[in-house]
Amino acid sequence: MSAQIPAVRSTEQLREKWMKPEVISGSEILLRSLLLEGVECVFGYPGGAVLYIYDAMYGFDDFHHLLTRHEQGAIHAADGYARASGKVGVCIATSGPGATNTVTGIATAYMDSVPLVVITGNVATSLIGTDAFQEADITGITMPITKHSYLVRDAEDLPRIIHEAFHIANTGRKGPVLIDIPKDVSAQKVRFEPEHSIDLRGYHPTVVPNRLQLDKLVAAISEAERPVILAGGGVIYSGGHEGLLEFATRSGIPITTTLLGLGAFPSGHDLWMGMPGMHGTYTANQAIQQSDLLISIGARFDDRVTGRLDGFAPHAKIVHIDIDPAEIGKNVKTDIPIVGDVKTVLEMLNPMVGYSSKADAWRAQISRWKQEKPFKYKDSEDVLKPQWVIEMLNDTTHGEAIVTTDVGQHQMWTAQYYKFNQPRSFITSGGLGTMGFGFPAAIGAQMAHPDRLVISINGDGGMQMCAQELAICAINKIPVKIVVINNQVLGMVRQWQELIYDNRYSHIDLAGSPDFVKLAEAYGVKGLRATSKEEAERAWQEALDNDGPVLVEFVVHKGENVYPMVTQGSTIDQMLMGDCE
Amino acid sequence: MTKNHVIAVLVNDQPGVLQRVSGLFGRRGYNIESITVGQSEEPGLSRMVIVTEGDDTTLEQIEKQLYKLIDVIKVVNLSANPMVSRELALIKVKAEPAERPEIMGVVETFRAAVVDIGAGSMMVQVIGDTEKIDAMIELLRPYGIRELSRTGVTAMTRG
Repeated sequence: MSAQIPAVRSTEQLREKWMKPEVISGSEILLRSLLLEGVECVFGYPGGAVLYIYDAMYGFDDFHHLLTRHEQGAIHAADGYARASGKVGVCIATSGPGATNTVTGIATAYMDSVPLVVITGNVATSLIGTDAFQEADITGITMPITKHSYLVRDAEDLPRIIHEAFHIANTGRKGPVLIDIPKDVSAQKVRFEPEHSIDLRGYHPTVVPNRLQLDKLVAAISEAERPVILAGGGVIYSGGHEGLLEFATRSGIPITTTLLGLGAFPSGHDLWMGMPGMHGTYTANQAIQQSDLLISIGARFDDRVTGRLDGFAPHAKIVHIDIDPAEIGKNVKTDIPIVGDVKTVLEMLNPMVGYSSKADAWRAQISRWKQEKPFKYKDSEDVLKPQWVIEMLNDTTHGEAIVTTDVGQHQMWTAQYYKFNQPRSFITSGGLGTMGFGFPAAIGAQMAHPDRLVISINGDGGMQMCAQELAICAINKIPVKIVVINNQVLGMVRQWQELIYDNRYSHIDLAGSPDFVKLAEAYGVKGLRATSKEEAERAWQEALDNDGPVLVEFVVHKGENVYPMVTQGSTIDQMLMGDCE
Repeated sequence: MTKNHVIAVLVNDQPGVLQRVSGLFGRRGYNIESITVGQSEEPGLSRMVIVTEGDDTTLEQIEKQLYKLIDVIKVVNLSANPMVSRELALIKVKAEPAERPEIMGVVETFRAAVVDIGAGSMMVQVIGDTEKIDAMIELLRPYGIRELSRTGVTAMTRG
């Protein structure tokens, strides 16, 4: 791809170039401090309160700044960058409306534990609290959705604050950190002293688990007849996927991975049961409900996974491994709590674990379920089925692309029918369920991995929530393959209205949507449309052969539902099987 | 079982720290019966004393969630051990000259103090645990309480 990402420079080179103590502005301190943190790419949108910062960026080419068309695009792109790379995503927005436009993206990252540093401008310190032009109390607004936040009052604090912010964002349970910089602070000239040490008395994440707790887990595994591993996004964030593979294969315990955990375990593996929960597999849900030992690793028992809590895993001894002690016991009563970094926990645990030999009958049962009740849909030669489209994407890319999705039916079909085998290859808004996330997140993912194939799968609803970012794909030649699964309605809402609200289809018709092909072309992005299998295969191949960004619209069957489904208030083994029957 | 808990929270004396703590209680649906904040023994650190209501699981979550705040240094469940808790209240009570000796009698019994006398009222200052202050207020209520201000609980473990 040709998006101009600066060549990776050694930290020593950067230090030599920039780390001389000298009197410079707060804005220059900010840029230099970002470089010190290894930042290569920043997503942002200028405005009055950050003009000093953007002025300092003039002619600055030590990191790439991508000008999005909306702050929401910028923060989701920074999020996608962070999820794809494992580094901290950085976003810059101005005060007031610029800052509030990032709120949805901050909440998205907070719910999914994504490390971000969000830099917002604010009005000058003398104007704070006066309802000045474009003033908003963004630290106050975002307090419930940030891991931590700073309102900088003196440029001298900037090196320390930026260093702390990156540290907090990307350690322990990861999350977004906000730095709000008043305009006069970004202009203030002070002597720059590069900050290296961190002293946060109230912040010491527990990385190494308690050995006695590990012993209890090992004993529980040797006793268990129906053990199950439930792995989540924490495995990917900690880099613990290899340890997880070793743990599962050593112990022979069947494993299910949550939506955010997809890619943490190879989907073709014999032990893998698919995703659990609301749209999970029959096998995973039955296995959880019948298990006598449930080992949760880096997952937080979200209600989309557990269904009705009082009937969740009723026979199981619950083991919960998590870096965040507050997750343990929050939703589900835990028998063996293990606080620690998943990668470290698994590294310590693996040499202690033996094959769970009492579970042979259980493994056989799970194999039978997998054979009897896989994901299924009724294919058609007359209309395009969305599940078929996802299968085609999977087959043609051999499951090796980085896939981002928006939120809705297409998201669940992607989770069900695309086979993820590598961590950080599936990027989706899980916790907050943010429409408009998928496409800008793909741009961020592509910036993190210029040489990989990045596919952004969207519905026709979500595509219209951040479609303006087609511009930055075109301008920067970011070769994301944009898929629009167009069923002309808000599909997941339609599905709920059909199944739960007695076919009362209230306000879901997206008539008036643009011609997506023309929309793409209007921005200078190639657009293609497919309404049959033959057209779909041809259009998709054309998109893959093109080395720039391409939007492919697949016009699919309107009435298709995602199955299986667990309706709210049900336990997860009470599934509507639909076409999977 | 739901009961009252007294928690001490040592925090960095940063702008917004009270908002972080009280906001956490608000959005997670925890109750705050009283909250007091002031300096601690160490410069740069404040100590908050929070009285909350909930079962043991809720209390455990409150402690864990508080620890997630970067500005929170230490959380201690004071009510788990013998402790001293004190609250101060100022009570402005209607007091015609004829009623004053009677009110003074109540004040002396409670080792409270009269700190101001107006034409038709007296201001009583009382210090003690929550029950004592509740009792004082109940005794003064028949005379007519015009204004009441309580500080909320501050507390320490014994020893």
